[in-house]
Amino acid sequence: MSENHDSLTSSGVSRRGFLKGIGIGAAATGLVTTMQTASEADAAENGILGPGEIPITLKINGKDRKLKVEPRVTLLDALRNRLDLTGAKKVCDRGTCGACTVLVDGHPVYSCSLLAVEAEGRAITTIEGLGTPSRMSDVQKSFVHHDAQQCGFCTPGFVVACTAFLKQNPNPTMGDLRDGLGGNLCRCGTYAGILEVALATAKAAKGEA
Amino acid sequence: MAKVDWPAADKRSLIGKRIERVDGPVKATGAAKYSFDQNLPGMLWAKLVVCPYARAEIGEIDTTAAAAVPGVVSIWTDDKTGGSEAQYVGQIVAAVAAETEEAAQEAARLVKVAYTPKPHQVLDNKAELSTGQPSKRENGSVDKAFAEPDTNITQGEYGLPVITHCCLESHGQVTSVKDGELYIWPSTQNVSRYSDRLGDAVDIPQNKIHVDCQYMGGGFGSKFNYDKWGTIGAALSKKTGRPVKLMLERDLELATAGNRPSAYAKIKVGLAKDGTIKAVDAEVWGTGGNGGYQPPPVPYVFSKVANQRLIGKGIRTNRGGQRAWRAPNHPQGCFLTMSALDDAAAAMGIDSLEFFMHNLPLTDRPDVYAEELTIAANLIDYRKKAHPRGDKTAGPVKRGLGISLHTWGGMGHPSECDVTIQPDGSVEAKIGSQDLGVGTRTAIAIVVGETLGLPHTAIDVKLGKSEYPASGASGGSTTIGGISVSSRMAATAALNALLDAAAKPLGVPADSLEAVGGQIRQIDKTSHAISWKRACALLGPNPITKRGANVPGESEKAKLISQGVGGVQMADVSVDTETGIVTMNEFVAVQDCGLIIDLKLAESQVYGAMIMGITWALFEEAVYDAKTGRMLNADMEFYRLAGLTDVGKLKVHMMTGKGYDDRGVIGLGEPPAVSPGAAIANAVANACGVRVPYLPLTPDRVITALSKGRGAA
Repeated sequence: MSENHDSLTSSGVSRRGFLKGIGIGAAATGLVTTMQTASEADAAENGILGPGEIPITLKINGKDRKLKVEPRVTLLDALRNRLDLTGAKKVCDRGTCGACTVLVDGHPVYSCSLLAVEAEGRAITTIEGLGTPSRMSDVQKSFVHHDAQQCGFCTPGFVVACTAFLKQNPNPTMGDLRDGLGGNLCRCGTYAGILEVALATAKAAKGEA
Repeated sequence: MAKVDWPAADKRSLIGKRIERVDGPVKATGAAKYSFDQNLPGMLWAKLVVCPYARAEIGEIDTTAAAAVPGVVSIWTDDKTGGSEAQYVGQIVAAVAAETEEAAQEAARLVKVAYTPKPHQVLDNKAELSTGQPSKRENGSVDKAFAEPDTNITQGEYGLPVITHCCLESHGQVTSVKDGELYIWPSTQNVSRYSDRLGDAVDIPQNKIHVDCQYMGGGFGSKFNYDKWGTIGAALSKKTGRPVKLMLERDLELATAGNRPSAYAKIKVGLAKDGTIKAVDAEVWGTGGNGGYQPPPVPYVFSKVANQRLIGKGIRTNRGGQRAWRAPNHPQGCFLTMSALDDAAAAMGIDSLEFFMHNLPLTDRPDVYAEELTIAANLIDYRKKAHPRGDKTAGPVKRGLGISLHTWGGMGHPSECDVTIQPDGSVEAKIGSQDLGVGTRTAIAIVVGETLGLPHTAIDVKLGKSEYPASGASGGSTTIGGISVSSRMAATAALNALLDAAAKPLGVPADSLEAVGGQIRQIDKTSHAISWKRACALLGPNPITKRGANVPGESEKAKLISQGVGGVQMADVSVDTETGIVTMNEFVAVQDCGLIIDLKLAESQVYGAMIMGITWALFEEAVYDAKTGRMLNADMEFYRLAGLTDVGKLKVHMMTGKGYDDRGVIGLGEPPAVSPGAAIANAVANACGVRVPYLPLTPDRVITALSKGRGAA
């Protein structure tokens, strides 16, 4: 587990680490390059995959899901198009907006920028794994309470990113928020509510709420 | 009998309160299924082939290589495209449908099209580029006013570029033609009328078209019609007999699925000695892409200026067409007007707040603006922070305040709604409207719940289907007025039928009864009551269904709705004069919209408009390359949206109570989205002492303006 986790972050796929390193605005180009290098390294070690479909098993929300994908299929497209887990959204499809954020071994990752074959053996948590409308997580409840959503298309990505972020930063500063949640974008303008979610968590952490 | 008039403030249990959106939980958990999320059995993925040239004759289309890609099922071309002329990069030429998204994408790249490129023109920043006859309008005589000796004259050039809608859910739909019926799940702002004439392309009559849009990921004015991708999806589905998903890629979404027209202007302002605006002379130009151009209103808000002239020059460009963008032409008119007026005031050394206050008689609603300006000034601590143009304190970071005023109509659109009360007490509202994320479902639940004396959570709101009673498109802030009246009318009629049914067994006349707190009770003897459930059981086996309608003129007369609002915004910014970076410190919005249905969601709407406005004020611009004719930033790295921490501290104040509630319901989506660019730009001018004339206020533009300012001084 920890080995997987290390290789994931060192390959440059970890969203937070990556954003911290090179700045949010320029994220995509560098990420893709690093990813290709990582897959080439895998191919050299394990033999060439594809180009046809290959069977893989993904551990999603605690369950093993078997599916067949071409190696070029991203984790996002595997989730949405093969497994009908459509909570993660396809928006920029190149690692900028965060609408596709899922947790991989507990870390927020842009699922559009990770190949499905690379996610084998990792623990994947999607928005569907965090709660349901009748059994929402605390973060999800907070999003509803603070009205941190409008059209809601960025919301699943934000909820997943916030879940991981607030776990690590229960009492965040503005700088923490910029680094930790700057990789998720909203068009309707729900940031006021999302900042309230973060502040409410901070208050709860201090025992004020 | 229950009346349709809105209840008095002390009688409201839901209307005007802060109520959470009813579809919050399905959205926050990823359970909400958007059009993009529809996965149907046997569904194909379609990808578009588009013209890479800004203008080109389209020749032969060779699909041989594409058809050979494993998984490709069908390729769409038509007999009109070959031999026609493409007018912009991204114009649709062909489409491929395949078993997987990857195969469709690969095959689309392999479609070979013979193009003959032709000269193109994509620039819009110079008046000389204009095409066609300029428009001209003049009231009074600007030349005479400028010639008067006591007129203080200032002149400036201002502008804001084309920006795009950048809906997070791109345009598109899932289409299924089955047994002569057309089922379509589009991302749309216009459920009831989306499919008008769509059937022509596939020979399916309107009564066999079924539109379903439960959740949609943003429209902002760009998603009213089915577009070409709608007809292609239908054609591919009909041909293959399988459902087809066709959603735009991000680059096409940005470059072709919605442009807000640009506006550049030379503006001359004449002020009297006391600061009264005497004359405004504006020459405005800009582009609406490959369509027409309507100059924005200048002077904006101060529309009663005695002498005004507006010359409009359209520039036809080889870009994607314009679409309505939240408050069409108002942000442009507002930015141009408020910038020029603020410059005129600064030139005379008049404080901005004092100047705008002084000139309020030139607006349509001076009292509302005066009250709002006073509240906004208090919220941002104007008196303490204000200084003449140019922050004279030491250090490179300068701070400033800026003001802007805006207006909008917001009259409710025609809308129909059915409310059904079942004998078991359950209640359903059905309406062919849509919830863009503004809270339409919640508002209907509140209105029906209030009317029936039930909690809003007891109302099952069904919307988003063309089978439901027709309701207008969600554009121009018309939805809340439309749906609140139609649902109020329907719920009132249904309640009256229920009271009739309950009257006899209770042994009292129906008009002595009311529905309050989950009970049907006697108005003058409230202890004489039965529960809602028991009352409904008196209906016997059949439910009550009643239809309500909003007929705008009649509803306005009855004071259920009205139109015409004013709002003001004030920005407090810091400008780093060494790096040119503008930082939002604080941003205040004060807005009226008549009777508010849900205060929490109304505030969210205003926060959202402010944040969207900060984004276009500071970051957004569709950058085009003159040589290739391409949009250079058709992606989300370089077409930047503001992030969580770019927005500073936001304050929203909604005008409520006497003078506001009694106007009835008025739309809110557009007005607060108008002023941000103007307020922020005026704050930047106040901070650094020079006007940064063009949006967005990027570091390079700030530095350029500062250098020019220093040169001039």
